[in-house]
Amino acid sequence: MTAKTPEKKRSKAKKFFTSPARITLAIAGLFFIISLVELITGATDITSPGTSGATLRFAIPLLMAGLGGLWAERVGVINIGLEGMMIVGTWTAAWFGYLHGPLVGFAAAAIFGLASGFFHAVLTVKIGIDQAVSGLAINLIAAGGARYLSGIFFPPVGGDRTVSPPVDSFPTFTIPIIAPLLEKIDSQNIFFISNLAGVLHGLTKDLSLVTVALLLLVPLTSWILWRSKFGLRMRFSGENPMAAESLGINVYRIRYIAISISGMMASLGGAYLALVASSVYREGQTAGRGFIGLATVIFGNWRPGGVFAGSMLFGFTDALRVRQSESVMSLVMVAGIVAAILGIYYSIARRWKFAAISIGVAFFGLWINQRVDIIPQEFVTVFPNFTTLIVLTFLAQRLTPPAMAGMPYRRGSE
Amino acid sequence: MTKSRIFWGTLAPVAAILSSLIFVYIILTIRGVNPIDIFAEMVSYGFQPRNLVSELNQTIAYYMAGVAAAIGFKMLLFNIGIDGQYRMGAFFGAVVGAAVNLPPILHVTLIIITAMLAGGLWAAIAGYLKVRRGISEVISNIMLNFIAAAIIAFLLSEDLLGTLPEGSQNLQTRKIPLSGQMPTIKAFNGEIYSFLFVAIAVGIAYWVMLNKTVFGFNLRATGLSFRAARSSGVNAPGMIFITTILSGAIAGLVGIGTLLSDTHSYSMAFPAGYAFTGLALALLGRNHPVGIFFAAFLWSFLERTAPVLEFEGVPPEITIVMQGTIVLSIVVAYELVARVNLRQQQRAVGKVNAEASSLKESQ
Repeated sequence: MTAKTPEKKRSKAKKFFTSPARITLAIAGLFFIISLVELITGATDITSPGTSGATLRFAIPLLMAGLGGLWAERVGVINIGLEGMMIVGTWTAAWFGYLHGPLVGFAAAAIFGLASGFFHAVLTVKIGIDQAVSGLAINLIAAGGARYLSGIFFPPVGGDRTVSPPVDSFPTFTIPIIAPLLEKIDSQNIFFISNLAGVLHGLTKDLSLVTVALLLLVPLTSWILWRSKFGLRMRFSGENPMAAESLGINVYRIRYIAISISGMMASLGGAYLALVASSVYREGQTAGRGFIGLATVIFGNWRPGGVFAGSMLFGFTDALRVRQSESVMSLVMVAGIVAAILGIYYSIARRWKFAAISIGVAFFGLWINQRVDIIPQEFVTVFPNFTTLIVLTFLAQRLTPPAMAGMPYRRGSE
Repeated sequence: MTKSRIFWGTLAPVAAILSSLIFVYIILTIRGVNPIDIFAEMVSYGFQPRNLVSELNQTIAYYMAGVAAAIGFKMLLFNIGIDGQYRMGAFFGAVVGAAVNLPPILHVTLIIITAMLAGGLWAAIAGYLKVRRGISEVISNIMLNFIAAAIIAFLLSEDLLGTLPEGSQNLQTRKIPLSGQMPTIKAFNGEIYSFLFVAIAVGIAYWVMLNKTVFGFNLRATGLSFRAARSSGVNAPGMIFITTILSGAIAGLVGIGTLLSDTHSYSMAFPAGYAFTGLALALLGRNHPVGIFFAAFLWSFLERTAPVLEFEGVPPEITIVMQGTIVLSIVVAYELVARVNLRQQQRAVGKVNAEASSLKESQ
């Protein structure tokens, strides 16, 4: 009995760590630090409504790519073709949106996305070629194909060889009562509360219905994966396809469906880029977002909520980069303070390795703050990639990827 | 035996190229142009001596990327980090080359070694993460490619290592002095990079290393079966690490031909996308030094002749699609051929077993 106690404790601690209360507390704490830094430095852009609104707009494409990666990897197939599938989405959404209006554009992006995902599924599941080769080839074919088709279709209708003609945009709406109220609180300049109101104001005004609809895919994915029969089979196919097959689950069919949906998700992310974040297709519009989507899957530990958190974080840095580079410095300060607090916490908990790393990070943040005037744009751009590498390096033991993600599987062979 | 192996080895690439030609044929027909005319024009344009020279120069770069990828493939490593490694190699080669002043041959050698070191060290990060942390090299290399591009873009700023020459909008490193430049061979109204000889040497060294040395044997053994190699005394994780670095070192040479014989400085105009090209060429050339050469030539031929399409009113990007379909059809073809071979082997084994058991019964 006594031997069991530490294990019990640990599982209890784990539950506490992932409980909603704890997460809320952590976010509130983080927000408190951000408010404090804003108070000290006088920078206001981190919690301004403009930034939070932009964060949402930057985050949605990453979120969709991330969900696409999640759907594929949960059934055991890595989808490196996310970038190409996003390109499919941007192009089809812009072209069909130009012809028949944005709603049709979205529908077309969904259908062609499904098709591109299905293509990846045929190659990797049915024929069984290397998943990375298939994904990379899809990226190349989609990029080349979009450029080829742009050259044919766009110039005759007033577009350019690289830019589509403009598409009607979706109407936006502002949540009544709540948004104006938040705006009022934001202008009061009360510590913490006004900052919070500023962020929420940005998230409640000038919303697009598409944004809300796509955001709903996060809880939907979560529900499917953990509450539905199909989700259980999906995860089973990703963890142990042989055992799944022996229990009568048609692993191939599950994979076909999930990978097709993966393509659709990424493609919808592309459609969002073309129709909501801007109003044209432009060559190179996706700018590596598919790969960042892949990164959010890792960052989010193969969970929909985690993917959401990752894409919001990466969208946030993207928004800051575009809006105002000085705010990035305040963010470094926030990271430094968080690292210092973690360092103290780990020292008390006597976990010296983590304590040393945290304190090292804190001092590094301090050094940057003292010595560097402005963080170069290039580094802000690759923040997601860098973060993912760090997470992989130091937290690889804690990540729980699907066991068979990326492995070849053929029915009836080991 | 060897005859049938060569037959099967070339069958798949040829089938892949043919099937993607058919694919492009159909697309061009839909576009309303005569594909045969266009193909003929592309071939006659591509084999003009002037164009042959520039194709050969591009082939050198592609060849390096292909060999780098092939070394990885022999170890079942998917080195998609060639892009970053090539950038690191070319950039630091250019920086070091411009910073020193040495006698001619020594200077060039220093640049080449620097490029290999830079590429190899950058690849070592992915190698370390793979061996010690168990992280897939695909993911880490994708991230490292972006990071490498950012680091170089940062270092190329004017107050660090870059300069902005008079009347140019293109940030670049300082020019490498004359002693660090490689001569070109004047032939066919053009100038062939003498880096060609280095490329040939790398190809030969790759073949010898793989087939005639203990190291190469261990490498292939680890690639075929990690566990078997390990239990027979090969330091398999170490082999993976060294192979990654080796692959990165060769990838570091991708841009050096252009750097030493043409531009003499690194700029943001150095193209991207070598990673996928390298992997594609290694697949198409079956990891064989001669096969990779032909594949690399095909690739630069396609790229050089793409403008011909433009004159006919066809967007030239169709060649990109064609490259993609070649790669897909080749891996599909390999997979199908492998499955046929497997079935034949199983049948042969079954036959032997059946004979053996019938022999037993008769005794």
